[in-house]
Amino acid sequence: MSENLIEFNNISKFFGSVIALKDVTMHIKKGQIMCLLGDNGAGKSTLIKTLSGVHKPTHGEIIVEGKKTVFDSPRDALDLGIATVYQDLALVSLMSVTRNFFMGREPMKGFGPFKTFDVQKANSIASEKMGQIGIDVRDPSQAVGTMSGGERQCLAISRAIYFGAKVLILDEPTSALGVHQASVVLKYIVKAAASGLGVILITHNVHHAYPVGNSFTILNRGKSMGTFEKKDLSREKLLSMMAGGEELDKLELELKEIDRKSKN
Amino acid sequence: MSVKSKSIQNKNKDERVRKVSNLKVLLNRPELGALGGSILVFIFFGIVAGDTGMFSAYGTINFLEVSANLGIIAVAAALLMIGGEFDLSVGSMIGFAGICIAIPAIYWGWPLWSSILFAFSMAVLVGYANGILVVRTGLPSFIVTLAMLFILRGATLALTRLITGRTQVPGLRVLIENDPIAWIFSADAFKGLFSWLGSLGLIALRQDGSPLATGIPASVLWWIGMTIFATWLLMKTRYGNWIFASGGDKLGARNVGVPVGRVKISLFIGTAVAATIYACVQVLDAGSADTMRGFLKELEAIVAAVVGGCLLTGGYGSAIGAAFGALIFGTVSMGIYYTDVDTDWFKVFLGGMMLIAVIFNNFIRRRVTENK
Repeated sequence: MSENLIEFNNISKFFGSVIALKDVTMHIKKGQIMCLLGDNGAGKSTLIKTLSGVHKPTHGEIIVEGKKTVFDSPRDALDLGIATVYQDLALVSLMSVTRNFFMGREPMKGFGPFKTFDVQKANSIASEKMGQIGIDVRDPSQAVGTMSGGERQCLAISRAIYFGAKVLILDEPTSALGVHQASVVLKYIVKAAASGLGVILITHNVHHAYPVGNSFTILNRGKSMGTFEKKDLSREKLLSMMAGGEELDKLELELKEIDRKSKN
Repeated sequence: MSVKSKSIQNKNKDERVRKVSNLKVLLNRPELGALGGSILVFIFFGIVAGDTGMFSAYGTINFLEVSANLGIIAVAAALLMIGGEFDLSVGSMIGFAGICIAIPAIYWGWPLWSSILFAFSMAVLVGYANGILVVRTGLPSFIVTLAMLFILRGATLALTRLITGRTQVPGLRVLIENDPIAWIFSADAFKGLFSWLGSLGLIALRQDGSPLATGIPASVLWWIGMTIFATWLLMKTRYGNWIFASGGDKLGARNVGVPVGRVKISLFIGTAVAATIYACVQVLDAGSADTMRGFLKELEAIVAAVVGGCLLTGGYGSAIGAAFGALIFGTVSMGIYYTDVDTDWFKVFLGGMMLIAVIFNNFIRRRVTENK
């Protein structure tokens, strides 16, 4: 199981004179959840877009299952089983659960010009897959707009898995969710990893990342501050690294100063 | 273990699935408003004009024909609207297609069938131009097709005057008779049935013994056929799912691999082709083309689609609804002549109906998407 599903070696991305990413290296193994943490502007979005084929890296190489690869488009990444679930989830709230689940990849029946969208089969697969993650789709023809945020997130993830994802890139899957819903989604992510997928979980919430992650890569101002195994890292250390511990210390000092002044 | 969890799942499922009555399912359909509206309109005219001959075979064919003409373009406009775009150039396209048929046939000596094909190929070009401009530039289709509305109408007028020296091209009627394809747009269907009904005395006859209503006009069959085809496309094909997805969330659809650009371009071609079918029916029926044909039809088509439950922002609607929207429009516009109401009031009614329909449809959509 030590074999890397996907490797990013010394990835750099420049936009004109702006250095968005500099020498970022990450390895993702089967069944592993790798958390990518970073503050706003750390380069998380650029990195995801590079991993999913939207941007081409300026330098560096991407190795998928041992083979060096260049992604020309998101389609290329998708074909190699690298599926990205963006924050907007690519769900249409006016459309039914089934129609969303199979959007762009509808199961067909019949021949030639009379091929039709097999709605029955699609309905049963959609409710079965959603059922497996413990979400009862009360009626697969109901609009996605009626679902909760967590259910939508799970729908987007299970869709990616159903269509053959080997590596899942999840962009802030819990950021808009309440505590309970976030835990449902995180549980599902752990399950997905346990079934043999590699997961890259992008978040800025240490409390969501720490319990589920196996390793942690921290980005700061476009550079990787290193990848750490869970055993080498306490939650406090992760928190301080991620927020830039110095800055928090400085903030504390400043607050004390304000406090002192107001007392005088 | 797995069996157990499955049984629990099923049990949960049973608990959570609420029996929804068929009535409620019906209430959540987008075409409900237009269907209900049609019934109301028929009840209204049944009471007010029931004994005036509006619902005789002849009267019925009359208002069905008006509805059908509009319905042909409304169904295509509805598909495009579900796909998230408008086409304001439909009305101008009708006029343009009309002269594309008439000028080659009358002035250049083309056989009628080839000028009909020529009109359709021009429609594909215009639709493609609209589509590619909207998709490539990302400009609102409202603006792009508004420009096309003026360009086409102006070109129609200028070219017709340049070639013929006038704004109308008459004289097509003689060409229809022996043409191999003109009948598709001009022949009445079920003539035998109507003659038979006439001979039984069930429908009104002319002086010479032929029935007053000679058959079902071709436009009505086109209208019904296109509605069935569009509904099949929307509900039963992959392409239909792509139309909903393109209109509902362009970016999301693209991210999961829906060819949004291609879908939209094909829908623009669809509205231009529908406008040309409309033009064929009208030109062959009247025997002449007029540069002002189809004036304001684009707005009537949008009214019919919206009354039929299409959402202006895309992603939601139905072709059947648009067909009923056209039926309401046609019934009222003809029916008003059978009542004592001054026909000047027709447009007031039209505007009011559209407002009520939009408010009602908005309510339905909220029910659907917010699970009430």
